[in-house]
Amino acid sequence: MTEMTDRRSVSASVARWGLLLLAALFVLLPFWMTTLGGFKSLGELRVSPLGLPRQWDATAYLDILTSSMTWQMMLNSVVITGFTVALVLIIASMLAFTFSHIRFAGKQYLYSYVILGMMFPGATAILPLFIKIRDIGLLDTYAGVILPQVAFGLAMSVLLFRTFFEQLPKELFEAALVDGCSYGRFFWTIVMPLSKPILATVGVFILVGSWNNYIFPLIMLNDQSVYPWPLGLMEFRGQYGSEWNRILAYITVTILPAVAFFLYAQKYIVAGLTGGAVKG
Amino acid sequence: MKSVDIALEAQRTGRLSAVKEWLYRHNTGGRLSTLLLFIPPALMVFTLLVILPIAESGVYSFYRWNGFTALSDSGRWVGWRNFQFILQDPVFHQAVWNTAKIVLISLLIQLPLAMMLALSIASKGSLNTLFRLVYFLPFILADVVAGLIWRFIYDGNFGLVAAFTQLFGMESFYPLADRDWAFNAILVVVVWKYFGYHMMIYIAGLQSVPNDLVEAARLDGAGRLQIIFRIKLPLIMPAIRLSIFFSVIGALQFFEMAMPLVTSGGPSGSAHTIVTYLYEFGIVRSRIGFGSAVAVLLFVMCAIFAFIYQRFVMARNTA
Repeated sequence: MTEMTDRRSVSASVARWGLLLLAALFVLLPFWMTTLGGFKSLGELRVSPLGLPRQWDATAYLDILTSSMTWQMMLNSVVITGFTVALVLIIASMLAFTFSHIRFAGKQYLYSYVILGMMFPGATAILPLFIKIRDIGLLDTYAGVILPQVAFGLAMSVLLFRTFFEQLPKELFEAALVDGCSYGRFFWTIVMPLSKPILATVGVFILVGSWNNYIFPLIMLNDQSVYPWPLGLMEFRGQYGSEWNRILAYITVTILPAVAFFLYAQKYIVAGLTGGAVKG
Repeated sequence: MKSVDIALEAQRTGRLSAVKEWLYRHNTGGRLSTLLLFIPPALMVFTLLVILPIAESGVYSFYRWNGFTALSDSGRWVGWRNFQFILQDPVFHQAVWNTAKIVLISLLIQLPLAMMLALSIASKGSLNTLFRLVYFLPFILADVVAGLIWRFIYDGNFGLVAAFTQLFGMESFYPLADRDWAFNAILVVVVWKYFGYHMMIYIAGLQSVPNDLVEAARLDGAGRLQIIFRIKLPLIMPAIRLSIFFSVIGALQFFEMAMPLVTSGGPSGSAHTIVTYLYEFGIVRSRIGFGSAVAVLLFVMCAIFAFIYQRFVMARNTA
């Protein structure tokens, strides 16, 4: 009897470990090939995509890191992402606050209207959006990418903010109002300082989305000097065709900030990217 | 005369005090002014850049228009012709089928895999945390990066596929250039990038399952599988619903990952999804009306999904 359960649990744990390791291999192998591929010569890459480089050659990396284009694109991304995150945090939290703390007619309808935005991907609006951005003269500007990103980030952010604000203790609000504190002051001086976790969660959600976004810059930007890095990467690939060692090095360079940030702010990233399903 | 003046005056002050009184009642604590300051920014951005463009897609979809000059100049009313063409286009059928394939692969492979992994590593422990971190890693990459990495892997001259064919002395094989393989190859990348994300959603659910419940069941003689199917899964239904929701929405907007993998929908358009079809025929070829008609169809599909999801998936759980 015990022997049988033992054997069963042994085979169960072998199966479990097999699955875990296999899945890990599936995930990590492409990373391994990408990072090392940047150190190989093109000829070596062709014959051994998997092994360690026989001769570590950092030229591809150095070329990329010393190119001013690389840094310009990183900077463009930082500007676009920075403004997108700041704008979403401010206007989404303000709107969510009116939903959670102020009574007014038609609130439920207005809320449903905004939440509707979650159902419809940017592609449903992309063509008229392009015409609109063009007609107000924002093609090839940061704003032309920032505004659509903000607009499409709002629905989810308002949802997350509202849920958080409604969990704040009601007494806090009543006490503040009795003391003659206005709604506006209550929001800026009491709610906001208490909302750091949700600001971080929403901030990360918007930040990652904006940093990685490709479709809006692709449509709105034609001028290389304002390209964010994903467009730069695709441009680079177009330029170097199948010089994969260079392209893999470029990929690695663009991945590094993301991985570093992930390891640094794991908790908020997981919370933010799973839409608050995982509590931070 | 005078009495009329007095009456008017009284009426005016009356009105004034009524306004004051109304303001006092409604603007306590700056209620009205806060509403007027806090609502418009987000509401305007949302309306102008999300809702209005969606509505405009509806208008444009009835025109033949290249978008270079105003709609009233160069647009030509074509009625339902755009829709007729799209609905009869075999490439569009393929695009819809491919989009459905992403959903199917998610439901049949990706989500069960994510659940199996979640069940194995939901408990605390540093090794489990490490595995979680690894599985989640691809998700933080941009879709274009994930696509480009796999473009290399699938390259018949360089990548993993090349290593494989060389090892067995076979001819070079280019899965992405093969009609039958291209989209399946893309599906592998979808699973690679997203299973860790769904796993994370499940782990969050599993961690909120009370431990004493599981213990009690075990004491009552429930086996491992019974505990999973009778206790854990029913309790984390909200997490499962959420991950299904994200899978379908993700499939409906699938685009960025495909861009570096295949150009113009791959070999004879066999790897198109709805959004790459929209991009190729609406944007690349500057056919705003046609592309808008695709957008309208996409909108309708999203709306149908939203309705079904609300009505059946959400409702069943509250019952």
